[in-house]
Amino acid sequence: MAITKEAPDRPGPDTDAGASPQDSRGRHLNSPLLLTMLLVLAVAAQGPLRRVLAAPVTQSWMTVFVAVVVQALPFLVLGVLLSAVIAVYVPPSFFARALPKRPALAVPAAGMAGVVLPGCECASVPVAGALVRRGVTPAAALAFLLSAPAINPIVLTATAVAFPGNPEMVLARFVASLLVACAMGWLWQRLGRGEWMRPPERPSYEGLGKGAAFWGSVRHDVMHAGGFLVVGAMAAATLKAVVPASWLNAAADNPLVAILALAVLAVLLSICSEADAFVAASLTQFSLTSRLAFLVVGPMIDLKLFAMQTATFGRAFALRFAPATFALAILVSALVGTVLL
Amino acid sequence: MNRHAQTVVLLLTGGALLHAGSTDLYLRYVKAGLQPLLIGAGVVLIAAAVATLWYERRATRSRQEDGAPAPERNEAHAPDHTAEPDRAPETDRTPAPDHAPGPDRHAPHPDRHAHREPRVAWLLVLPLLALVLVAPPAAGSYTAMRTGSALQEQPWGYPKLPADGPLKLSVADYAGRAVYDKGRALAGRQIKVAGFLALDGHGAPYLVRMALNCCAADAQPVKIGLTGELPPVLQPDSWIEVTGTYTPKRTKDPVNGTAVPYLSVASTRPVKAPQDPYDEAWNG
Repeated sequence: MAITKEAPDRPGPDTDAGASPQDSRGRHLNSPLLLTMLLVLAVAAQGPLRRVLAAPVTQSWMTVFVAVVVQALPFLVLGVLLSAVIAVYVPPSFFARALPKRPALAVPAAGMAGVVLPGCECASVPVAGALVRRGVTPAAALAFLLSAPAINPIVLTATAVAFPGNPEMVLARFVASLLVACAMGWLWQRLGRGEWMRPPERPSYEGLGKGAAFWGSVRHDVMHAGGFLVVGAMAAATLKAVVPASWLNAAADNPLVAILALAVLAVLLSICSEADAFVAASLTQFSLTSRLAFLVVGPMIDLKLFAMQTATFGRAFALRFAPATFALAILVSALVGTVLL
Repeated sequence: MNRHAQTVVLLLTGGALLHAGSTDLYLRYVKAGLQPLLIGAGVVLIAAAVATLWYERRATRSRQEDGAPAPERNEAHAPDHTAEPDRAPETDRTPAPDHAPGPDRHAPHPDRHAHREPRVAWLLVLPLLALVLVAPPAAGSYTAMRTGSALQEQPWGYPKLPADGPLKLSVADYAGRAVYDKGRALAGRQIKVAGFLALDGHGAPYLVRMALNCCAADAQPVKIGLTGELPPVLQPDSWIEVTGTYTPKRTKDPVNGTAVPYLSVASTRPVKAPQDPYDEAWNG
């Protein structure tokens, strides 16, 4: 029960390109041509485009947009490489041996394993997808998905640096994130149904050389996650450049509203988990507990992650998983904050 | 999105990252420390594009050597159509509901795995265009005035300043000493501070320096209010060096209530924008 079988081999070489002649010549423009035309058009219309883009709002929007993408891409590539290594070079039997057989125990083990992935949430989605494909119990893979971006040493160090006067914040973040990750894993194991989670689809690389399989996996993951990363970056840029920060002040006065407001803000801003501690530290008008909620919710669920989870595990999964994670993360951080902070 | 388009997007994205990482362009968006990762990511993406082309060419060649020449040999750009031509548009659809769920639903259709990447992958072209064609500026006065001052007290206190001559201080150093050290070391000294200009809603001028925690999305300003002898035309986002003296005048940042100190200006002169538009000396 703990380990599901791997998808059977699909024979034959990877025929990913797949565009039939009718497809490329008839109804559709073929895509390289479209891309070239788009580039030429952009260069030709550079003058008017630049004038439109000179307004401060658009400039600020674009700066944030490009910044989020440029910041996240290296970590995405890192995660994609790791995921390709898992997919190609680590045999499925490794995970069967490394994780406890009983899913109830595999969940906390996988949650703790999140400590070793030094990256942000962009890296953990493809890695979790690769784990599921490699036959790891989904509940354990999900615990890893949620805990890895929040409790790795880089993020905890950043949190310690951002809250020099409140070292208990680091402990609170670690405890609350691990609790939510394990609770979500167990919850999925009890209530989750297989059909909600689309098995992460990808062409099979069996029968190909390891090199071809490796690069095929890299290309596939970059194309999938990259597009959704751009969607998340657009949402974050819109919020950052258009919504006035002074609205937050009104929310900070009521402790409950403050927690909810910062949790929602964490979802909307979609900041990388390596950076969110500094943003939380700057929200000085909010209570420590509400800032803890910001730090726990952000790495687990935000706009960018939701889009990436939809791409990796399917919409039916993301629509159930994301709200449950959100509610549980708020609840746990409120409790942990009351006890520890 | 077929594999050739993917190759092109990978190649361009990798190239754009390399371009940004090998010039000063990346400093507008991320911290200087990210440079090796940016270049590494660019190299990996380009390698993925090259590897895709190489393996595809090798697969085509071995197929031809097997004596089973690929159909459509003249279609050099789409060497992989071994299946019937009308199935390609359907490959991405969800299976009919009567299909058994689970991974083996693909098994009866050996060519179903020829799925294409989602159209959303095309969006990767957008940041690429923005980066190469527009190259948006570093976060400036617009962001600074919408974001609360990030001034925080240094837990280890403020070191001694040189005893004589004009003091050259950073925006954060001046503001920190003025607010948390009560301006003790500053009073009566000639002070030079460089930063860019920002105007609030009433046209009051501030001297600002931004700092990044991670990337320009979380850029935070430290602001100094300017009083005294100001030039008649104040152009937001222009970099200036202000010479003046400490004044105990304070105000509160309307966004987050942080204290904002003032500097009494004697003279200003335009300066060149620094190579790194963000002050990386504070908050890591």
